[in-house]
Amino acid sequence: MRRSGAPRTGPDAGAAAMAATFFGEVVRAPCRAGTEDEEEEEEEGKRETAEDREVRRQLARKREVRLFRRQTKTSLEVSLLEKYPCSKFIIAIGNNAVAFLSSFVMNSGVWEEVGCANLWNEWCRTTDTTHLSPAEAFCVFYHLKSSPSVVLCQCSCYVAEDQQYQWLEKVFGSCARKNMQVTILTCRHVTDYKTSESTSSLHSPFLKALKTQNFKEPPCCSLLEQPNIVHDLPAAVLSYCQVWRIPAVLYLCYTDVMKLDLITVEAFKPILSSRSLKGLVKNIPQSTEILKKLMTTNEIQSNIYT
Amino acid sequence: MFVPCGESVPDLAGYTFLMPAVSVGNVGQLAMDLIISTLNMCKIGYFYTDCLVPMVGNNPYATAEENSTELSINAEIYALPSKKLVALQLRSIFIKYKSKPFCEKLLSWVKSSNCAKVIVLSSSHSYHRNDLQLRSTPFRYLLTPYVQKSIQTKITSLNWEEMEKSPCIPEINDSEFCIRIPGGGITKTLYDEGCSKEIAMVILLKFVSEGDNIPDALGLVEYLNEWLQILKPCCDDPTASALRWKMPSSWRLLFGSGLPPALF
Repeated sequence: MRRSGAPRTGPDAGAAAMAATFFGEVVRAPCRAGTEDEEEEEEEGKRETAEDREVRRQLARKREVRLFRRQTKTSLEVSLLEKYPCSKFIIAIGNNAVAFLSSFVMNSGVWEEVGCANLWNEWCRTTDTTHLSPAEAFCVFYHLKSSPSVVLCQCSCYVAEDQQYQWLEKVFGSCARKNMQVTILTCRHVTDYKTSESTSSLHSPFLKALKTQNFKEPPCCSLLEQPNIVHDLPAAVLSYCQVWRIPAVLYLCYTDVMKLDLITVEAFKPILSSRSLKGLVKNIPQSTEILKKLMTTNEIQSNIYT
Repeated sequence: MFVPCGESVPDLAGYTFLMPAVSVGNVGQLAMDLIISTLNMCKIGYFYTDCLVPMVGNNPYATAEENSTELSINAEIYALPSKKLVALQLRSIFIKYKSKPFCEKLLSWVKSSNCAKVIVLSSSHSYHRNDLQLRSTPFRYLLTPYVQKSIQTKITSLNWEEMEKSPCIPEINDSEFCIRIPGGGITKTLYDEGCSKEIAMVILLKFVSEGDNIPDALGLVEYLNEWLQILKPCCDDPTASALRWKMPSSWRLLFGSGLPPALF
């Protein structure tokens, strides 16, 4: 969260990074080292009153990540994976990844909801309703009734940088979960992909993978080359797995369509043959039908005239 | 917290702890990349923290297909036991209000590891220089009072410029003087924390502007090398000096992807 750029006067005015533009005006340029906020924080720390601290505490409480069971409306006292030990944890982050898991994995077998994350930030507020539509923001956890050690998470909401660590603690807990394999699915815009050719010549969507040291099986696509990096919740989960030596793989789909899109979702198909999803995918033709239905429902909803 | 890569916790007693400040032009971090890459330092662990924005990518120091698939995260520790050097590399920015807690936790760990001294590589906004600073070298050093006498003597013999104090409130004429490092990120916090924890800390910084900061990073590592002698000293030729520091493979495409031919 950043403060709005209101003009500052007084002693801190000189601390802003200034730059001249081609037209001769002087503007406040963001410093790519992210250091302006450090100076603001220092000044704020010195001037902060008890009232400011209380406002900050209330904001932190509002931004807390809470895990609860919707059926009983009770919060989870321990981390999710402490309550539901798992051998396979699959998480989809973003609407296209979520649509892929809904259509290809969740259509076979009976999945029971075991928890739901509730959070608020400037970009989204998760919904409490039980019937989830693709347009809403949610973060729900399920396990497979026939094999409860398989846990799946559908996360379409944006988890802000100050909430990501909290999310990890509430889901994974503070001690490392061994004997578990993690699979993460997400999308990024193709302009984020750095290559020596121009991005306009790339054939998107395409899949790339990143895996932790302990993940031994070959991934379903090529690995993400240097100097490309990943941030946000997928990076937080993968970092946790790398540090605590949990085998984990991230499948990243680079696409030029970030809203719900059939071609982007289908780009995840190579993962269906992986060990992580083996046994969970039964009927692919039926899945494709479900996916098409999901697309049309979403298109109707996105029409601003209805 | 420090999490080792291997089974045992390495013994860092007597080591020199090198670290960057996330500062203007990312010069400290670029300089750390040069040091880790040139000395081929080995990763010994992670500094797992909720204070930095998470990020992951494949090995930024990869030299071949075989070593290119190791995952890297936002804060990693590397070591070179033969020179008793341990280096922290930071690859993302601090989450709001978390920079001070990070400095406290990091320096507590460094102190409990019995490292001999801490060296911080940093930078400061060049447009903040006063007239005297504009006419002198762009490099500065700063020491906490707990730095060993031998180091203080060596630094004096190098004729380095100490970071000058400036008015705490520039607009007021008779304001008190204090150390200010605009654009230095956590540098000042590290210095204050170093003083309060009685840690021997040497801060080396360069006055820079945002832009292509590779030459600034090269300048800063040469400045450090004048004292630490990590690499054998060579002639003053800047091209020769640039060649002996190995730029990591992750420095490719620093300014974005290739250009579309249709642009021309």
